[in-house]
Amino acid sequence: MDANQTPTTGEFAKKTIFGAANLLTSLLVLIVDIALAFFAFKLFSLGYIPLGICFVLIIIMISVAFLVPKAHMFKWMAVGLSAWLLFSIFPIVYTIYNAFTNYGDGHLITQAQAIEQIQAQTYLPETGKAYEWIAYRSADNEYLLWLKDADGNTSLVAQVDIEGDAEVPLVTGENGIGELDEEGAPVTIEGYTRLNRILASTDKNLTNIRFGDPENTIQVRSPSEAAELVPLYSYDAEANVFTDQTTGTKYFDQEGTYTASNGERLIPGYTAVVGAKNFVQFINSPGLRGPLVTIVIWNFLFATFSLLLTFSVGLLISIIYGDPKFKGKKILRSLLLIPYTIPSLITILIWRGMFNPDLGVINRMLESVFNISPRWFTQPWLARAALLVVNTWLGYPYWMLVTSGALQSIPSDIYEAAEIDGASGWQKFWGITLPLLLVSVGPLMISSFIFNFNNFNLIYAFINGGPPIPTATTQAGYTDIIISYVYNLAFASGRGIQYGYASAISLVLFMLIAVMSLLQFKFTNMWEEVGENV
Amino acid sequence: MSKHPSSIKRSRTIGLVWRWALAAVLILFSIFPVLWIISAAINPVNDLANQKLIPDNWSFDNFRQLVSNPIFPFFTWLKNSLIISTVSTLLTLSLTTLAAFAFSRFRFKGRQSMLKSILLIQSFPNLLAIVALFTIIKQIGDVIPWLGLNTHAGLILVYSGGAMGMNIWLMKGYMDTIPRDIDESAHVDGATDWQVFSKLILPLLRPILVVISILSFIGTYGEFIIARTLLTQREMQTVMVGLQIFTAGQYTKNWGIFAAGALIAALPIMIIYLILQDQIVGGLTQGSVKG
Repeated sequence: MDANQTPTTGEFAKKTIFGAANLLTSLLVLIVDIALAFFAFKLFSLGYIPLGICFVLIIIMISVAFLVPKAHMFKWMAVGLSAWLLFSIFPIVYTIYNAFTNYGDGHLITQAQAIEQIQAQTYLPETGKAYEWIAYRSADNEYLLWLKDADGNTSLVAQVDIEGDAEVPLVTGENGIGELDEEGAPVTIEGYTRLNRILASTDKNLTNIRFGDPENTIQVRSPSEAAELVPLYSYDAEANVFTDQTTGTKYFDQEGTYTASNGERLIPGYTAVVGAKNFVQFINSPGLRGPLVTIVIWNFLFATFSLLLTFSVGLLISIIYGDPKFKGKKILRSLLLIPYTIPSLITILIWRGMFNPDLGVINRMLESVFNISPRWFTQPWLARAALLVVNTWLGYPYWMLVTSGALQSIPSDIYEAAEIDGASGWQKFWGITLPLLLVSVGPLMISSFIFNFNNFNLIYAFINGGPPIPTATTQAGYTDIIISYVYNLAFASGRGIQYGYASAISLVLFMLIAVMSLLQFKFTNMWEEVGENV
Repeated sequence: MSKHPSSIKRSRTIGLVWRWALAAVLILFSIFPVLWIISAAINPVNDLANQKLIPDNWSFDNFRQLVSNPIFPFFTWLKNSLIISTVSTLLTLSLTTLAAFAFSRFRFKGRQSMLKSILLIQSFPNLLAIVALFTIIKQIGDVIPWLGLNTHAGLILVYSGGAMGMNIWLMKGYMDTIPRDIDESAHVDGATDWQVFSKLILPLLRPILVVISILSFIGTYGEFIIARTLLTQREMQTVMVGLQIFTAGQYTKNWGIFAAGALIAALPIMIIYLILQDQIVGGLTQGSVKG
């Protein structure tokens, strides 16, 4: 049909275009969905169930947003919300889950993987099927083992840990194999030396090497015998119990570790849900509770003093130099703003060099003027003081900017009225300036407090939480704040990785932050803002 | 109130003197580390112990060392940083602007609770979930290697996904100040939502787009701990990770090279600050704190 000749041309064309666009959208969504579904399927097949579920949710969200007309507004945020779900929500859910597990050193794998690894452990039985053997050694200490069982069957096997065929066919002329003797063993193998009894018994490596295919490996048991290794533990899947084949000891599953009645444990364990154990742990264990108390107290002190110092220095500057009659204001502001314009990590590292107790410029100056040389990095209170100095340097320009703006918005007639009443400068500051200022910058003070409460970069890059607390059983230092302590629990090598415990403390920290944030939202009326707009 | 004119003048002079004296102390405090690092960078003596504020002689040796140092591939790091920060910023910007448009312009069930939960969840520091982030990127990388560990794409995803909350709020707050009559009249004229967004609203968002992109660029450029966790190879790392790892080692012997690197690494951000000072100040007072 020629569209130009129909009376409802415009409408018709519109409908067709609209329909075509819709079809195209649906087709695109379908393609994206299929790609994501394929991806999710791969995740499931690799055993990454939670992440797979996450992607299934994303597929549903995208499909609903683009295909259900009523949900059209979600089109705008489908991709953003997917990213948010994946990298903000899911990590939190995962952390909450971890807080109730024993995820960490010795418990890093799944139950199936742990069972498989335990089942793979073998031992050399003292009795059982045995072979006669002859060993061949190459110049680079690789071995071949010729075997003959009780029925007279012979074979030539290679080392398990060397790539290639597990068994070499015993045919003269192939693979460098020479003539076979009356027993059926090769007299020579090219590149290898046939070891006689004396050479073999003095070879230290030989009894430790496993031969044959990985499923049933063979090891040399005595000068006359080689034998097949058998699994050390037999697993009863129904009862979920391992039994030691040599001693008969039974190992029962206890929160991710197979444990015998005498307390002996099988390695590895697996990640298991242990309930509130992580939370109870830091109440009961002095080596964990002690440092945590120190750390929490210092955390609050650090955030409070950082806020007070940066705020007062910033406010002082804007009051003294905010006077419009003061000349050179502009250049002064630019100079004082400099700390703010450099990425904080870089300046933290520079300060670290300046505070170096032996070589740094600060101690060299103190030494030449006062003849003192404070140990900034080893004395707890000196380290804390140094941190506050650096943080004041980093933070006062922010408050200088914020307060100079806020001061200008205080109406001048209030001051004039106070002057008529005979108020002194000091009285005006405490009675008018500060209260009015606190109202307008209060919310920013809370967010600044929260920021410093979690100021990981400063603590970590400047001093890494040091000096260490000697009584702590995990890595903890006198300047550690909760977040750096948690980070070290999860990642510091040496004293063991404890994700489960770290996640538990993360949760407690998150609750503290959430309370502070809610307080801030109340101040800023953010909640109400949402309400009014509906 | 009734002082003699000359005494007023004298007290004003005294006031000026102590103000400038205090200002001198403050300026010294503020710029001393910067002067010191500049002096270290041009001092051919590489050692921390022998640094002086005014070096005996000067050269660009330390900068030359940066170009050809195999254990300190500085310019590769700088390039990585600039790429990662730029792409993350663009991605964050487009995702948050689109989402904020929906939150600002449409009314739907669950809107309020979504906005509130976005804000609350934003207060959970990304760093606390670093084990989870590591696991997610590792697992994604097992299926799609170029999105996995030790790839810039994976890190960019983490940065963009983690920065949604506050930026959606900033953006939505700004959009709410644009009267809805504008888009309603456009709708009457037959404009689609997309046309309203791209032709009417987007051009008006310029100021907030600038603020969010600056803050987001500075934030990602300065971040080092997630980058350090996800990027394992030296050549893939960012300049902040490189500088941080460098100072964790025998840094006192190579202080001059570090200083030269630190100076160059600080430059992009300093330039941004100098050019866009006023916008940044505006953005900061709207509730973001420097990260």
